Amino acid sequence: MRQDRRAFLTQGSRLALLGGMIATGFLNIGRALAADWNSAAFTAKNMADAMAKSGYAGAAHSNDILLKVPDIAENGAVVPVEVTSHIPGTTSIAIFSQDNPNPLVAEFQFLPGAMPFVSTRIKMAKTSQVQVAVKAGGKVYINAKSVKVTAGGCGG
Amino acid sequence: MAQPIMMRAKLDNGIADVKILIHHPMDTGLMKDPATHQLIPAHFINLVTASLNGKPVMQAQWGIGISKNPYLELKLTGAKAGDTISVSAVDNLGTQFAGQTTLS
Repeated sequence: MRQDRRAFLTQGSRLALLGGMIATGFLNIGRALAADWNSAAFTAKNMADAMAKSGYAGAAHSNDILLKVPDIAENGAVVPVEVTSHIPGTTSIAIFSQDNPNPLVAEFQFLPGAMPFVSTRIKMAKTSQVQVAVKAGGKVYINAKSVKVTAGGCGG
Repeated sequence: MAQPIMMRAKLDNGIADVKILIHHPMDTGLMKDPATHQLIPAHFINLVTASLNGKPVMQAQWGIGISKNPYLELKLTGAKAGDTISVSAVDNLGTQFAGQTTLS
């Protein structure tokens, strides 16, 4: 009995210590999260591959994905992109810049409490299409708009 | 110690409009340093989480295609005055970023 009590106490204090370490950021939570980064999709070098590896292959065209981009971007390093999905049950939005060295730019997952809306700024290597794909109710949808880029933003 | 994230949130009819700005080079790993002609190693934020009162509402994965000093705008539903919105991010080198704001 005494032995059990000792074991229980040690375990308890270890757990408390672990909790403390997480709280103080001593254990790098960022590193643990990094495992969630879809490296295969983000390093894919063409549109088809990037879409397949991020789970958006075979997306059906939908005008319910509203895409606000400039017609002409003077600076490809900073292209504003605003996306609103009107597809019910939207759980994620992915932004692709078709002719970038790595076409997948970002994927946003929306949990209850967030609207399927995102506004950000992306880099575009050259004049091409910005494609935005959405996951909703186990299905995938896509919409696209072309942006004329007068100065590319990916260097190289 | 996490690097600061600049945030501003505005409440309108129960929807919180959140604007987020993170100071970061977002180096692609494809650009050469003009002085040394060597490639500048990739250095970019790849994971971002936004939370409302500590509960995650949006999780994003970013690649090298997000612009330098990333800007992000989100809209959160069911928010009310006094609620706390926090954002955390981490880059490919493990540097952490965090910001927080209270709705008024």
